[in-house]
Amino acid sequence: MCVIRVENLKKSFLLDKTVIHAVNDVSFSVKEGEVFGLIGLSGAGKSTLVRCLNLLERPDSGEIWFDGLNLVEQDDSVLREKRCRMGIIFQHFNLFMRKTVWENVAYPLRIAGKRTKELAPRVDELLDYIGLSAHAKSYPAELSGGQQQRVGIARALAMSPRLLLSDEATSALDPVNTELVLSMLKKVVEDLGIAVVLITHQMEVAKALCDRIAVMEHGRIIEENTVEELFLRPRHPVTRHMIRGFDEDMPLAHLTELTSAPVYRLGFRSHSVTRPLISDISRRFNVDANILAGNINALVGGDVGYLVVSFEGEEDAVRGALNSLYEDGVEILKLDPANGFNNGDGINVKEVVR
Amino acid sequence: MNEFVRATLETVYMVFASSFISVIVGLPLGVLLILTRPEGLRPKPHLYRVLDVVINVLRSIPFLILMIVVFPLSRLLVGRATGTTATIVPLAITASPFVARIMEQGFLEVDYGVLEAGLACGAKVSQLVRTVLIPEALPALVNGVTITIINIIGNSAMAGAIGGGGLGDLAIRYGLYRRNSFNLLVAVAITIALVQIVQFLGRLIENSLRRDGTSTAL
Repeated sequence: MCVIRVENLKKSFLLDKTVIHAVNDVSFSVKEGEVFGLIGLSGAGKSTLVRCLNLLERPDSGEIWFDGLNLVEQDDSVLREKRCRMGIIFQHFNLFMRKTVWENVAYPLRIAGKRTKELAPRVDELLDYIGLSAHAKSYPAELSGGQQQRVGIARALAMSPRLLLSDEATSALDPVNTELVLSMLKKVVEDLGIAVVLITHQMEVAKALCDRIAVMEHGRIIEENTVEELFLRPRHPVTRHMIRGFDEDMPLAHLTELTSAPVYRLGFRSHSVTRPLISDISRRFNVDANILAGNINALVGGDVGYLVVSFEGEEDAVRGALNSLYEDGVEILKLDPANGFNNGDGINVKEVVR
Repeated sequence: MNEFVRATLETVYMVFASSFISVIVGLPLGVLLILTRPEGLRPKPHLYRVLDVVINVLRSIPFLILMIVVFPLSRLLVGRATGTTATIVPLAITASPFVARIMEQGFLEVDYGVLEAGLACGAKVSQLVRTVLIPEALPALVNGVTITIINIIGNSAMAGAIGGGGLGDLAIRYGLYRRNSFNLLVAVAITIALVQIVQFLGRLIENSLRRDGTSTAL
């Protein structure tokens, strides 16, 4: 069952007399217990989209179905009630700086009209869960960024939401704290089975948590897939850029210039990622494989890897080698700067072989 | 009673009463300003524009002139146009728009993201003002009130010139007119001391309220 379903959402702004389509006809849905990643470069419209979901930003058009209601059509009082069933954590934590950690976590419960006596056990439980019971009386400024974000998570969970929105929750943190907050979020997903919409520009954050990822550019979702499929068969250049982005290896265009031979991107699924497929075909088909780049990514659903390879040898031999790889379940994209990877579509091996 | 003690008490009374009234009037106005700003939580650009102009106009009238202009109002409200109590009226009228503006500035210090966090927790705008906007801006608001009180002390001394009573009155009548520089200096010294005390207490309270690790030197 879907926790949230978004249909044809649109939101535009007027900036210096030009219309910016921050969210342009976006549709997606998130199932119970699913972590859905929205990834894109800065300015892709991710944050506007997430702020539209709980109507902090009112969309121009479209539907947002949550708890059986189209939120866009609801009046303020219904909206407020639904909002707290949708926890949100922010890039800059947005904690109440003049309230203690305890009061920050208690805030949504107080707004819901609960008395101190009623809400205290829940707040204590949440602080215990995030491991900050000892800091209950501290103020946010006395905590590290990672600790502050954990308080943010506890506050977002206070009303037992069905959906957690995470808006660049780790972007303002150093690598160590990013790791801590990610493992906290992982724990939340595992323990509570709550659905998550995770906004990030960091692919390593998305791959650590997400079941499914949508890539955004210019306010549109340009590609959406399970994480494994996305890493195996990144169709859009932006996606490929983001997958590679964090390995900081060479741009694909540069790789294809290294050699005159055709360059392929081979995507390995979890079952083939550890098999010596390249040396195998090299032997069997008498082709030389020149490995230009590669990586293995640990994903929620298993490990996937990729190699960027150029093959040298008889044309028939290379074709045979590619066919053999294809039969072993390897995803093959030909990287052709002239007419391949810049138009957004990889070329399937069948076309290559033909 | 010693003239100086009497004059000091008059000044303290005028300043306290008009500060109190100006905060009572200015704080809600400041909230209204911050909410109705074009980028505020309840944008009402036309209302904001009108308030903005009215506040600017009131703030640009010199105090001495305003005092004379509101003589009839003072007479209506407290029965007479001169004297300590009557002077509270013009003092409060000048200070109120100032407070409104300075409160608006204080509220602007609150990160919009923090307000959004409050909204995301299901808060109504009215609840948000009470539970987030004012508490989070409190140190800045205290600072604003401190500045207001000091301004009012200055204005109240000026009010003395046209029968407002207090230290300004004493400095002019006993100091200036009688050419007694001792009286003049003492009156000025007490005024300076009042300003210093208010400034010191204001900083003290402001710093004790700050929870973000920043504080201003006392």
